[in-house]
Amino acid sequence: MHDSHARFHSPFSFRNFNLTSLLGRRNREKRKKVQCPRFTESARNSQFLFYYRSFDLSIRMIRFILLQNRQGKTRLAKYYVPLEDSEKHKVEYEVHRLVVNRDPKFTNFVEFRTHKVIYRRYAGLFFSLCVDITDNELAYLECIHLFVEILDHFFSNVCELDLVFNFHKVYLILDEFILAGELQETSKKAIIERMGELEKLE
Amino acid sequence: MDSRSQIPRVVNLIDEIVVFLVPLLPSSVDFNPPEGNDEVHNPIDVNLEPLVVDAEGPDTIDEVVPLRRSQRIHRPAISNDYMGLTPYEKKKYVWKMLYIYMLGYDVDFGHMEAVSLISAPKYPEKQVGYIVTSCLLNENHDFLRLAINTVRNDIIGRNETFQCLALTMVGNIGGREFAESLAADVQKLLKNPDVVNIDGWADRMAQLLDERDLGVLTSSMSLLVALVSNNHEAYWSCLPKCVRVLERLARNQDIPQEYTYYGIPSPWLQVKTMRALQYFPTIEDPNTRRSLFEVLQRILMGTDVVKNVNKNNAAHAVLFEALALVMHLDAEKEMMSQCVALLGKFISVREPNIRYLGLENMTRMLMVAEVQDIIKRHQAQIITSLKDPDISIRRRALDLLYGMCDVSNAKDIVEELLQYLSTADFAMREELSLKAAILAEKYVDVILQLIDKAGDFVSDDIWFRVVQFVTNNEDLQPYAAAKAREYLDKPAIHETMVKVSSYLLGEFSHLLARRPGSSPKEIFNIIHEKLPTVSTSTIPILLSTYAKILMHTQPPDPELQNQIWAIFNKYESCIDAEIQQRAVEYFALSRKGAALMDILAEMPKFPERQSALIKKAEDAEIDTAEQSAIKLRAQQQTSNALVVTDQCYANGPSPIVPAVGPLTLVKVPSMSGSEEHTAVDQALTQSNGTLTKVDSQPPSDLLGDLLGPLAIEGPPGAAVQSEHSAVTEVEDSGVLYEDPYIQIGIKAEWQAQHGRLVLFLGNKNTSPLDSVQALILPPAHLKMELSLVPEIIPPRAQVQCPLEVLNLHPSRDVAVLDFSYKFGTNMVNVKLRLPAVLNKFLQPMPVSAEEFFPQWRSLSGPPLKLQEVVRGVRPLPLEEMANLFNSFRLMICPGLDPNPNNLVASATFYSESTRAMLCLIRIETDPADRTQLRMTVASGDPALTFELKEFIKEQLVSIPTAPRGPTTAPPAPPVVQPTSPAMALTDPGAMLAGLL
Repeated sequence: MHDSHARFHSPFSFRNFNLTSLLGRRNREKRKKVQCPRFTESARNSQFLFYYRSFDLSIRMIRFILLQNRQGKTRLAKYYVPLEDSEKHKVEYEVHRLVVNRDPKFTNFVEFRTHKVIYRRYAGLFFSLCVDITDNELAYLECIHLFVEILDHFFSNVCELDLVFNFHKVYLILDEFILAGELQETSKKAIIERMGELEKLE
Repeated sequence: MDSRSQIPRVVNLIDEIVVFLVPLLPSSVDFNPPEGNDEVHNPIDVNLEPLVVDAEGPDTIDEVVPLRRSQRIHRPAISNDYMGLTPYEKKKYVWKMLYIYMLGYDVDFGHMEAVSLISAPKYPEKQVGYIVTSCLLNENHDFLRLAINTVRNDIIGRNETFQCLALTMVGNIGGREFAESLAADVQKLLKNPDVVNIDGWADRMAQLLDERDLGVLTSSMSLLVALVSNNHEAYWSCLPKCVRVLERLARNQDIPQEYTYYGIPSPWLQVKTMRALQYFPTIEDPNTRRSLFEVLQRILMGTDVVKNVNKNNAAHAVLFEALALVMHLDAEKEMMSQCVALLGKFISVREPNIRYLGLENMTRMLMVAEVQDIIKRHQAQIITSLKDPDISIRRRALDLLYGMCDVSNAKDIVEELLQYLSTADFAMREELSLKAAILAEKYVDVILQLIDKAGDFVSDDIWFRVVQFVTNNEDLQPYAAAKAREYLDKPAIHETMVKVSSYLLGEFSHLLARRPGSSPKEIFNIIHEKLPTVSTSTIPILLSTYAKILMHTQPPDPELQNQIWAIFNKYESCIDAEIQQRAVEYFALSRKGAALMDILAEMPKFPERQSALIKKAEDAEIDTAEQSAIKLRAQQQTSNALVVTDQCYANGPSPIVPAVGPLTLVKVPSMSGSEEHTAVDQALTQSNGTLTKVDSQPPSDLLGDLLGPLAIEGPPGAAVQSEHSAVTEVEDSGVLYEDPYIQIGIKAEWQAQHGRLVLFLGNKNTSPLDSVQALILPPAHLKMELSLVPEIIPPRAQVQCPLEVLNLHPSRDVAVLDFSYKFGTNMVNVKLRLPAVLNKFLQPMPVSAEEFFPQWRSLSGPPLKLQEVVRGVRPLPLEEMANLFNSFRLMICPGLDPNPNNLVASATFYSESTRAMLCLIRIETDPADRTQLRMTVASGDPALTFELKEFIKEQLVSIPTAPRGPTTAPPAPPVVQPTSPAMALTDPGAMLAGLL
């Protein structure tokens, strides 16, 4: 009990980063040991403060966007509310757990703490948006689809691998699409053209 | 270079390589991803290259790790090293860091590098710097300050691309500091340079809304929503423009192809525009109003279900927003019923998203009074949704059912909810039971009506449960007593009604004392009228009631006393043994004066029974986690029950056992022989054991058991409520306990969720105290660690025992110190409540009006904001109440509420689960009647809101217990046990009857 408490305060420090695997020392046991605490810790049903922004401005905005695969690996994470790293990990873990086992016949909306997660699954990838309880769910659901269409257009027939290798491009596209938690540009054409311009600069 | 070769090579973390090659969007050929077989292990060598390796760099990862660690101390060295990298390498390095970070690792070693890239002269590095920084850091990071100047230079610079990068970052992570230093520069970028302060924004905003380009319009609309949500007054001029934008979109006039989504003109802009309109309270201009309603009508009527999912969703997104706007604008009844009709259609469709939204919006629609009856017609359909496999839909259905419940349908709905409880998953039970409990007030109504109308068919079990339920729910007691009183006024009532009413009035009539026709005498008279008409089985109940009325009449009324004594006298020779015994006992007891108070005090809460419904749920195939959770809960309950037992001594498990003497140990410790004490202990264990045994008996009928789960699933801690009062009286330092032999002092310090208490155990005598034992019985929400307590305290010595406390989550439960010692042959055992109560984890927090109101508003409604009218409040002048709140560390914020009779308080609550959480409280007092007030509590955590509300309520209604001197009274002589234990064992109903 005491031990776990201590860990709770220093979540996942650099020491836990098991770099030995990079050298090919495949110590599976050890790696497991490193990862487990993080998950059990984050599994605690903690209600951290989202209120920070929501109270100040009481506008409805996107709190964060997550792209995760079925294994829970994060492929993209963008937060529009200031969160501590440990909280981000918790959120990612919890959102994944929340959406991964839902039946495809279910709604695309799940209540998450004091907010709502709008998610959509494409092949093995989950796109999740966290929004206010009273926000327009369907509009965000289609906003996910538009984003995927843009990615599809940009990478031509996008798959998860593209997003892994070009994750930096995904961030760029996202910045064109959503700014400060608000939808900025809804024209696929405008975004693709803009990406073309930016690529020329590199 | 193609994009793939140019990417920074990804760090391979081996377990990371699970990548799908399946296209996200099915191509035009109907493509079904093969389920479960779409994983490709290690498709390519992603990269086995270590983190940073270049010609001059460290060779192995073993070198990298210590370097990275030492970097915090020797930053210049590593930075120089880093500076030696080529720009491309730097870029690569920072991208990799972001990737590692994304996978959940800590990369705080590289923040500086990311920030420094922002000031790179060339676009590629700058871009990486900006993007990585805005992912890694948030507005509270100190590093960000380093970048302010660079960002500013980029914003005012000539390079449009740089401007875009800088603006994006400011938008995404810019906090207050950024806003203050950059606002002016950002505004200059808008074409009109003379706009510098917010006053001029309205005109500028109106101009922006004339924009033809839909991309710009989308962003402008976001800005407008943000502005009007703070203050709509200044933006009235934008209203007609919004309506015009909406018209243009809805009629598809002049919309470029690229801004239509599956044939619908930018649904997002439509939604946003309607959102903005909802921030204006009304639309006064008749022309604008008319054209808006035309558009809305068009949307409401013109939206059909189409086959294409995306088109369907987009169209319905617009439709639901239009519904919300119609509701907001308080449209004519005709349009409203049109909306309800639409929603009624939605809640019965198969498409889950639409059904979900139908339920959600119907709940909002409940606010419109005129359509409530139309909504009720859909009750059956809503109940079907309560059984949907999808928890999201079930939650919505539950909310809606809860909202629409009133006297006309309470019985059906509560029954549905309770039945549903048996199958509900764990995630929903807590919420469900809370709602059902509130509805139960209505349920008590229904049952009383049932008894009234069909008394012959109501088995004893049913009224036992009403009694049990009311006893266990303090909130219900005054209500139930008032109802019982009403029924007694009826000329002819069923005998069962006499039983239940007189029982309830005996227990709780003192809560009604201030109401007309409810003085003890009047109550006695009205009950006594019924005595001649009832059978022998009811008379004992009436006698108990008289005894209780007598006890509650303070100061004693001699006339009433004589009247009641006369009745007791009369029945002393009754042929029925039960009646005779009660009459004799009550008569004797009521002559004892003060002792009567203890014996006849309100019944303790009934032990929570294992309900058949819960049992059924356990038997059913449920996943193991759930099962163990139930068990855990059951265990917690047992522990609660144990604590309660201590408290119940005074009242006794049955009023017939006059458990005075040694049993008052809790409050008034007295010395007694060790033998006797153990005997009492045993007796208690036994009675406790009996209770447990009875508990596990599955009740015979399911309907009668309906109330069981309510109690079981009620908020944990409800069972020990009686303990909470008076605990706060314990100061942070002072004497916790004292007797002739020992003094226990306490000193406490509180910081956020942590507390440190020191117990000072002082031996007052010249001989040592033996077998000293201190056990902490912590409630589930506190983690407590008591250091070792020595077994012997030497003569005239004091030992200190530090006690660490950690608050895990909000709860009102109280920690108990079980302390015992031996002096000579005497064994003393006391249970002491420790001052680790809810309010100790509060931190007073002043809030200004600007902070308070937005937060207050954003916490809209249950479960985050709870309101309750509290009656029976200890009357206090307002200043004293304010002092009381301040003493609970709830900071009174004067001037926030314009009404001088109201109080507003705020504080930050700390626990492991909630962390720092702001709590807001508003108390509205009635100057005419100081015994009642309305209380609203809000916080970001439902459990916290509930617990805090209950806590304050307890403090406000608590009656300070009269200080009692050390009892010297000898233990009362043992009294005959009236009911045979064997009988009690078999039937819970019989047990209850025994208790009466």
